[in-house]
Amino acid sequence: MAYSDKVIDHYENPRNVGTFGKEEDDVGTGLVGAPACGDVTRLQIKVKDGRIEDAKFKTFGCGSAIASSSLATEMIKGMTLDQAAEIKNTQIVEELNLPPVKIHCSVLAEDAIKAAIEDYKKKHQR
Amino acid sequence: MSLKLPLFMDNHSTTPVDPRVLETMIPFFTQQFGNAASRNHVFGWQAEAAVEHARTQVAALIGGDGKEIVWTSGATEANNLAIKGAASFYKKQGNHVITVETEHKSVLDTCKRLEREGYEVTYLRPQKDGIVTPEMVTAAMTDKTVLVSIMLANNEIGVVQDVNAIGAAIKAKNSKCLFHIDAVQGAGKVPFDVNASKADLVALSAHKMYGPKGVGALWVRRKPRVRIDPIIDGGGHERGMRSGTLAVPLIVGFGKAAELAKEEMGAEAIRLAALRDRLYRGLSKLPETYVNGTMDPAHRLPGNLNISFAFVEGESLLMALKDVAVSSGSACTSASLEPSYVLRALGTGDELAHSSIRFGIGRFNTEEEVDYVIDLVVKSVEKLRSLSPLWEMHQEGIDLNSIQWTPH
Repeated sequence: MAYSDKVIDHYENPRNVGTFGKEEDDVGTGLVGAPACGDVTRLQIKVKDGRIEDAKFKTFGCGSAIASSSLATEMIKGMTLDQAAEIKNTQIVEELNLPPVKIHCSVLAEDAIKAAIEDYKKKHQR
Repeated sequence: MSLKLPLFMDNHSTTPVDPRVLETMIPFFTQQFGNAASRNHVFGWQAEAAVEHARTQVAALIGGDGKEIVWTSGATEANNLAIKGAASFYKKQGNHVITVETEHKSVLDTCKRLEREGYEVTYLRPQKDGIVTPEMVTAAMTDKTVLVSIMLANNEIGVVQDVNAIGAAIKAKNSKCLFHIDAVQGAGKVPFDVNASKADLVALSAHKMYGPKGVGALWVRRKPRVRIDPIIDGGGHERGMRSGTLAVPLIVGFGKAAELAKEEMGAEAIRLAALRDRLYRGLSKLPETYVNGTMDPAHRLPGNLNISFAFVEGESLLMALKDVAVSSGSACTSASLEPSYVLRALGTGDELAHSSIRFGIGRFNTEEEVDYVIDLVVKSVEKLRSLSPLWEMHQEGIDLNSIQWTPH
């Protein structure tokens, strides 16, 4: 299968790889997927005044899964939590030119954003 | 010597045609282009003579007689013909077939079709190391069993079955039960003899042994005579077992490829095993790597290494190895989105199946290439692990099985 240049770029130079302290108050962590399915993404957000100040990810998965989550961290930086929650996987599909068999990779990235936001909100409900 | 990229290390998928093979084929395209079935002129006679010579060359590789060779379009057809043909011919004697979960799809899907047509098929699960024991086979045999189909060597994990012991056990239990061997990956790579294995039917392919694509053969025992119903009807070629004009140039190439394999197998196996072991030593310097299938040299193809790099997904690793042709058992590389059924049958977890890479070292690979691959794989695995949340969790001592995952 041929990969789009954008997938290759994100795969070779992934943006925002890393880890925030999961326990920190301003961090939300989303861990989605399953090793048995061949892809797991952990996406983390650092929030200040309702805005995503920084984001980091790590992904176990194919090149398209890595590229999708790398792109997702770029997209959400600077967004409010509500804006980030609105991101649809189709935006990622379009941006990366993902073929139909790789759409699930973009879904994983969308789920990871939502899970991270939820985790952050849960921490701040108390 | 400089390395030429991209380099090919996927010799279980196919092999390049050996230049010595190609040379023998060329005249049969433009000069001796006759139809081997033409009985009344010299063009036909030349073609027929060439085809007959190739029969003896291919049969000699497996200890058979040239008269027992039936040419096919490839091994998929040969497996189809063996299994469907024998099951159909011996239908009155029984309707039970035995095979193994790790067989090639051309065997498994043929058996599935038989099931739809009313046959019963037992799919044996091999041991964790990929090996099928004679006892497993005989335990599954019933008085209705007409055919057992087991491969000589596996195309993914390179595991070589003890077909001699299996054949002896089958015949000891029921001398009338037929034994079909898919020898595609093993013939010309490891010693194999139709009589030592008590085989009745043997499938072969040219392009796995440095011959051309598009030609294979089914060896059909004559003494005692094994009968099969044809699956292609027509002019009655190949003693009625496979009609259709013979692909003379391809058959000539197959013959030469088999002859070279027979002559060179001994030395080549030693060289390939040394390269494979070098590759294994280099890659196993990485922690958390697991070989799939036995590493017992008596039970593994010399050029095969199938290895899982835990916490790294196979397709992403293939992407990093863009100048190296290898393959993966990861679902992402298959149309079905299921990880390798062969690794699953061995009880390899899906995680490790997704992380598997198959290296197939062949006649034209060099030590320099192996070293290049080691270096590239080690670097790539280290990079991808630095991106992997699973690797990080593993490093922190978190048991991945303790986590509530969200399969999607």
